[in-house]
Amino acid sequence: MGEPAYTTDEIMSIVASRQLRDGQVCFVGIGLPSEAANLARLSSAPDVVLIYESGTIGTKPDVLPLSIGDGELAEQAELVVGVPEVFAYWLQAGRVDVGFLSAAQIDRFGNLNSTVIGSYEKPGVRLPGAGGAPEIASSAGEVIVMLRHTKRSFVEEVDFVTSVGFGRDGGGREGHLGSGPSIVITDLAVLEPDPKTRELTVTGLHPGVDVDTVRDSTGWNLAVADDLVITEPPTGEELAILRGLKERTAAAHAAQA
Amino acid sequence: MGQFTSLSDAISDLVYDGAAVALEGFTHLIPFAAGHEVIRQSKKELTLIRLTPDVIYDQMIGMGCARKLVFSWGGNPGVGSLHRLRDAVENAHPGPLEIEEHSHAGMAARYSAGASGLPFGVLRGYLGTDLEERTNVARIECPFTGESLSAVPAINPDVTVIHAQQADRKGNIGIWGITGVQREIALAARAVLVTVEEIVDDLQPRGPNFAVLPAWTVDAVAHVPRGSHPSYSMGYTTRDNPFYTMWDVISRDRSLFDDWMKEYILSRDFDGYLAALDDGSILEMASNG
Repeated sequence: MGEPAYTTDEIMSIVASRQLRDGQVCFVGIGLPSEAANLARLSSAPDVVLIYESGTIGTKPDVLPLSIGDGELAEQAELVVGVPEVFAYWLQAGRVDVGFLSAAQIDRFGNLNSTVIGSYEKPGVRLPGAGGAPEIASSAGEVIVMLRHTKRSFVEEVDFVTSVGFGRDGGGREGHLGSGPSIVITDLAVLEPDPKTRELTVTGLHPGVDVDTVRDSTGWNLAVADDLVITEPPTGEELAILRGLKERTAAAHAAQA
Repeated sequence: MGQFTSLSDAISDLVYDGAAVALEGFTHLIPFAAGHEVIRQSKKELTLIRLTPDVIYDQMIGMGCARKLVFSWGGNPGVGSLHRLRDAVENAHPGPLEIEEHSHAGMAARYSAGASGLPFGVLRGYLGTDLEERTNVARIECPFTGESLSAVPAINPDVTVIHAQQADRKGNIGIWGITGVQREIALAARAVLVTVEEIVDDLQPRGPNFAVLPAWTVDAVAHVPRGSHPSYSMGYTTRDNPFYTMWDVISRDRSLFDDWMKEYILSRDFDGYLAALDDGSILEMASNG
């Protein structure tokens, strides 16, 4: 039997979902992280606890929320609390094992930008801004980042540090409760911070992707590990669960007029 | 004490040019009908405060109601950009817009401080971010442990407007589901207006996280069923996701936005808006445009 066909977005979500371990408490950003975190819950980590910044804790949505405040999240939650409480009692107090984030830009030290492209005073593109990300990046035990791999997103220096990885100089995490980015999953590769320098280093490639393609999609001189791992391709079951989730989601969002 | 009133009278009485106003609701229970009424009454020079400006402030900013925006996440949730907000920040259209941005945790701490009557809130946040030098935050030392923490100034709006599911006949407010920051920002405000889905004999929660705002913490109550559209009111309405998607088309283009606002907000009351929603005509400009 041949391997099932899949898209680069599908392998990104599936590899990201495999990072969550059963029973972990995960603070989920909307978009790509929400898709991967719910895929994990529906496949490899059924008892993962998902928290959204809307105050929905232990939620098990049947379809992906379009916004972080969809009714589905509240209806399927173990408990619902206010926004001040979710950030203070649950995130800041250290009850979150994993933060799951995306961004418009990332640099070699895992710092994330979701604020502006260009200068702050005269932005080329005004992005939505911080939301819950800075404190998730600071206080979650570790941070999983996922974003599509392009030269525009993987940049030498982010235009704005919205959320701290290891700081602009890679100097570290002093003053932060959590240990920072542990892994970055893209549609091409897997990157991890070097244990000494903290610089993001390619440690894995998705099947069929070569190192040159990853380098050409990165805005800095990318470090590559000696012992590169080739990602296990998505299984038929993983793909079926992901596609089912996305189909249910599309139908639900179109119907809610 | 919460006086039952019409929405137009409440906005006219409480919201004045130059006021600092918070129309809150974290994706759920956003007081859209009240925002429309602010636009109809041509309020100007407002400082608009909200964690997520959402379509409600995109409409108010695009119509020139705002001088300043205080916020923490300015996107169209699940869809993309708020184009009227971006046009104001990037191109000063329809006028310059001062912005003051925070993180959600920082805004929540500011609201909680406001509700507590304290001058500032404290959190572990902002450390190492570029927000630290761009916004209203200071580092302080804990007098007990010496730990370095972030202080953010309290927010006490002149007027807070929220939408809730129920009011009883005495004006007590019942609210449930995702209650976001509404209790804090209501208790922080100098005046509070609540629009409600239903007026009932006894408050009856139909979902988790039930909270009550006693009548004596509220100034005005207006009965506005479906007043949170296109967001939702758990137990009464569902989120209109196609509307949020449509807004991306309408708000992208200045003249289309102006035409849409004139047709569906300025030339009708909220019942007229709902009628256009129910017969589907409210979506027409987006598909024709």
